Amino acid sequence: MKNSKIIKCQNKAAKRLRVEQSLSLCCFMLIILAWCVLTFGGMVSEIFLPSPLQVIQRLIEMHLDGSLWLSCWESTKRVMVGWIWSVVIALPCGMLMASSRKFSAFVQPIIEFARYLPVVALVPLTLLYMGIDESQKYMIIFLGTFFQLVLMVCDTASGVDKNMINAAKTLGAGKFQIYKEVIFPASLPGLMDDFRMTIGWAWTYLVVAEMVAANNGLGYMILRSQRYLATDTIFAGLIMIGLIGLVTDWIFRSLSYLVAPWQERLKGK
Amino acid sequence: MKLEVKDLTKIYHSQNGDVTAIDHVNLQVEESEFVMIVGPSGCGKTTLINMIGGLDEATSGQVILDGKEIEGPGPDRGMVFQGYSLFPWLTVLKNVEFGMKMRKVPAEERTRKAMEYIKLVGLEGFENALPKQLSGGMKQRVAIARTLANEPEMLLMDEPFGALDAQTRVVMQELLAKISRETRTTILFITHDIDEAVLLGDRIYVMSRRPGTIREVITSSLPAERNHNCFVLPQFLETKKKIMDMLWQESQDAALDR
Ligand SMILES: Nc1ncnc2c1ncn2[C@@H]1O[C@H](COP(=O)(O)OP(=O)(O)OP(=O)(O)O)[C@@H](O)[C@H]1O
Ligand SMILES: [Mg+2]
Repeated sequence: MKNSKIIKCQNKAAKRLRVEQSLSLCCFMLIILAWCVLTFGGMVSEIFLPSPLQVIQRLIEMHLDGSLWLSCWESTKRVMVGWIWSVVIALPCGMLMASSRKFSAFVQPIIEFARYLPVVALVPLTLLYMGIDESQKYMIIFLGTFFQLVLMVCDTASGVDKNMINAAKTLGAGKFQIYKEVIFPASLPGLMDDFRMTIGWAWTYLVVAEMVAANNGLGYMILRSQRYLATDTIFAGLIMIGLIGLVTDWIFRSLSYLVAPWQERLKGK
Repeated sequence: MKLEVKDLTKIYHSQNGDVTAIDHVNLQVEESEFVMIVGPSGCGKTTLINMIGGLDEATSGQVILDGKEIEGPGPDRGMVFQGYSLFPWLTVLKNVEFGMKMRKVPAEERTRKAMEYIKLVGLEGFENALPKQLSGGMKQRVAIARTLANEPEMLLMDEPFGALDAQTRVVMQELLAKISRETRTTILFITHDIDEAVLLGDRIYVMSRRPGTIREVITSSLPAERNHNCFVLPQFLETKKKIMDMLWQESQDAALDR
């Protein structure tokens, strides 16, 4: 009796999930449909918008000569390395800012200042300081995400329930233990969201990172294609970036459920 | 004497002027005593207990525990808050073990002890549940077990049962009375519920409205074993009436002030 009820509930949830998934799929289909109508219907010049077939053809070509996967790999590597550096530094920095007023007062101005600087404008400087090797590209990604991430981490960590910290104090937790055993685990779900957001931004800085002195990568591929009016390659590159983004996002979502299964969620997801 | 509060005063400074939350509060708690503080809402009860717990700094005055002035929070004063403030990522067992883990008690011993206290509050079988799977009353039991398992010198409780429904509250009050009898832990308990104050307290401090001062101390004449039957004893009603009159007088004065 009770079991059948549970199964019914699960069925309901599964059904809702199926409906949601098919809606997401529908959206993609509609866009592709519109794309087909516009191009095969001859409504726009193929210099502006290549047909889906041309783009697929281009993707297959690049797959065959291996350049596609090399570009994807190189770009993913750049984004990941730059972003991981920014996480590694922003995490302790932001946590410290959240609980130490002095430290916060010390670093806040420079962070607030730096986060409004356009990363493109910093390219010449990074070239001057770091030369044209990979580290310059990591640096661009780092600069693009770090300052935002510090503030986000600080915000998330400051949001931890004060009562929980007080409880830990009266249970005998020391300063470091409070970080490790309370503030960090309590902010984990929020941090996962922050990470998910910033890795998205990291991808948006890819083209900037590969603007100068790169000879591979998706951003470079797109920039070079502009010169030859190879719109199909541009679209191929955009689609790949989008797909990688989609996968990354999905990974982070799953990860946040995995690392914090204790969360109470409003939606029955 | 276990705890002595001497001339404790707290003034909050805010943009719209200074607020005196409590004003020269004096109180004493004996070893193994169950002391209640009852007062109208906003009279500074939380402020007072937070300062005793070391979570907030006094403007002037002293808090003396076992003859030594306190400095900051510590495991000698276990606190139970109105919100349960459990750690939602830890199971019931891990929550109860938390304090011992912080003090680096060996894993085996702390599990054994934690299980003892989980049993004491009647949560056997739930040790692996997460807080989100528990009801309000059960969460508060965990919070009490978590504090007790740390074996504090004394318990400080700030309206721990305020969020519970009337029935659950009585169950929890009886449980706490039982714990107090069995473990002989010194307890300082804050409430604005007169029934609760009379039912549980060996002695009851009545506070005035803000700025909070101690208005009177009442020694309970109830039998040692406190349970729901006490609610209809003549001594209970008599003490309750006395406190009600005092608090009523307070609200009258407050109305006149305006
Ligand atoms: N951080 C603060 N800054 C300024 N004023 C404060 C602060 N905390 C408390 N107060 C003031 O001090 C007074 C006492 O507050 P407190 O929380 O101690 O009351 P309480 O007796 O616990 O009330 P309740 O029964 O509603 O919990 C209140 O008038 C409140 O406005
Ligand atoms: Mg209060």
